[in-house]
Amino acid sequence: MSMAARILVLLLSPALAVVLGLAVRRARFSEYLNLAASVAVLLVALPLPFVAARPTTFLDGYLLVDPLGAWVVMCVAVVYLLSSIYAIGYMRHDASRKARLPLFYALLAGFALTMLVAPLVNSIGVYWIAIELTTLVSTFLVGFERNAESMEAAWKYIIVVSSGISLALLGTTLLYWGGTFVYGETYQLTWASLVHAAPQMPPVLLKMGFLLTLIGYGTKVGLAPMHTWLPDAHSEGPAPVSAMLSGALLNTAMVGIVRFLAATDAAGQGALPHAALVILGVCSLLVGALFIVRQRQIKRLMAYSSVEHMGVLALGFGFGGTLGVAGALYHMINHSLAKPLLFFGAGNAMHRYGSKRIDDMRGVWRMFPVSGTLWLCGAVAITGAPPFGLFLSEFAILRAGWGGPYLWAAIAMLVLLIVIFVAFLNHFRAMYLAEYPADPGEPPVRAVPMERDSWYAGWRVLPMALPLVPLLLLGVWWPASWTALFHTIANALGAHP
Amino acid sequence: MNAMLATHLDPLAASLFSLLTIASLLLAFVMLGSRWLKDYMLAFAAQSWLIGMLSALVGYYGGYRELYWVALLTVLFRGIVLPWLILRILRRLNTARELHEILSTSTSLVIGAAAVIFALVVAMRLTADLHIVSNVVVLALTVMFSMKLIGFLMLALRHEAISQILGILVLENGIFLGAQILVPGMPLMIELVLLFDLLVAVACFGVLVRYLLTHIGSTSSRDLRRLTG
Repeated sequence: MSMAARILVLLLSPALAVVLGLAVRRARFSEYLNLAASVAVLLVALPLPFVAARPTTFLDGYLLVDPLGAWVVMCVAVVYLLSSIYAIGYMRHDASRKARLPLFYALLAGFALTMLVAPLVNSIGVYWIAIELTTLVSTFLVGFERNAESMEAAWKYIIVVSSGISLALLGTTLLYWGGTFVYGETYQLTWASLVHAAPQMPPVLLKMGFLLTLIGYGTKVGLAPMHTWLPDAHSEGPAPVSAMLSGALLNTAMVGIVRFLAATDAAGQGALPHAALVILGVCSLLVGALFIVRQRQIKRLMAYSSVEHMGVLALGFGFGGTLGVAGALYHMINHSLAKPLLFFGAGNAMHRYGSKRIDDMRGVWRMFPVSGTLWLCGAVAITGAPPFGLFLSEFAILRAGWGGPYLWAAIAMLVLLIVIFVAFLNHFRAMYLAEYPADPGEPPVRAVPMERDSWYAGWRVLPMALPLVPLLLLGVWWPASWTALFHTIANALGAHP
Repeated sequence: MNAMLATHLDPLAASLFSLLTIASLLLAFVMLGSRWLKDYMLAFAAQSWLIGMLSALVGYYGGYRELYWVALLTVLFRGIVLPWLILRILRRLNTARELHEILSTSTSLVIGAAAVIFALVVAMRLTADLHIVSNVVVLALTVMFSMKLIGFLMLALRHEAISQILGILVLENGIFLGAQILVPGMPLMIELVLLFDLLVAVACFGVLVRYLLTHIGSTSSRDLRRLTG
């Protein structure tokens, strides 16, 4: 299969799912159409990072397929498939929504499309537009339930992210201005031309441009203290949407920051940018830890865990070097595998208990013998305990920072990760092992399909079981071909070994 | 060093550019000082017209013919269609003015003035670092940064949904204005798509405002306090 054909399938399948789904407007049809699109996307995206060893451009140079972009596309595709499977079971739960399901799946496929395009965009201005489009589409998914809470979350999401990302536009303008000192008035500002021009650019414009884009795209990544939209949006959207936001969307904005960072590295001006990224990373871990300890709502718990993991990614890229970059990329896929599992478990529990509060969820094991076990494994995985993949990736990032100029950040990361491990699993301990308080009230359990039901098991438990296999595998075996790929990406980003 | 358009202007062009940028900044202050949402919206429309005129002038003096298109589309989208969309939303809501302000109008104007001084200092340091001696460049940078700051100020001080939409539009107007003067050669396609993107954004905002009204019963962000922690 040629590269052009791969890209065509990758982008056309979700696009077709949007168009056909809206044209036919049948709930069942839309469900399976979207599922088929996500399977096609994953089949194309899985080998993509490994066949895209040499960067190639398409469509007059507007699309760039390089290993880094392809890696992020692969993460998006994994989450898209898992969410599409889970959505079928989750969204049918409420029969009153049936008329709006075609719209939901069209939005879901459209959201996936924007996230598949963004990492592959070659022009920096168009990248900004792609990221803005992801916001516009996903706002309607966040507000899909149309109750007061989800409307509030959607409004905060679009306002905070749009105003934040306008700083990235200012940064991009300044970087373009910097480029005119090298190329003259009119040129195409692509990632490659930025890296090429960076060494001759006035350093003040380069640094200022980077800091503004860092804050702008950092808002979208959910780095603290620009994370304020994230817990609301992640907790109020339907569970499959939360999984897409957390596991896929945040990475697509991170890739922009990483590419800007590479430009400052190429110019030898990397010290300040790396320090800024490390500081934001530690801030995110700190905020994540503080809010995880005292969290009362199950999906907000998962949302703050996303803030934490984006902090870990920022630290990985901030520490830099081959090991830091490799650890961060490995962490990206591990997080994309583990986070949907957690949100799906939370979605199941919320439907079962009819509440969002952790305090109302007791005796999970009795209620969900199978999916409860899977959920618990996911929780152990996301806190970075062995034998799951996140342990290896967090360890690699820690080693990248250890002994370098950011030893303090590595120590802070270690301490905060331990705090989060204890606090996060303590919530799970309460849900699995603690009994209801002594007063003999009826537990607020609603009649929902039981786990034994094969239909339920297929759509709502299977997407929780699927990611655990690779997570476990990646925890005990770091594939050699991936190491080679990470080296290629780190070299392309100009990271020193 | 490059031959930037803004550093080689004839005196008439330089004064026209300066006039338009300063007038845009003044309109930002009009927005900051007004409590009536309609005035606010009219000031935004006027500002967009000025920016459209600026695009056309830059196109004329710099020989960038595609900037005429940008000028036309700026006036059409940001000067006519967007204000019309916002006016439609305004008619549907029954809020004509900002009811609760965190700071009094005079205080926010003073803070706005401080923001302009800060922007001026940054712009002067920046141009000194770049060895650019041109008042137009300093002015463009100052207005670009200060409209950014004023936009954020409006977002922080106002509660009405419409004010927040306009705040975001002012943030982007500042960048448009600065970009015309500093980097007039920025590829045409990007500018066109940016304009289009903004239109989509406001359409989305409109839908959201309607939902806010039906599900929360108000369009003031003061009433958005269910989600915390």
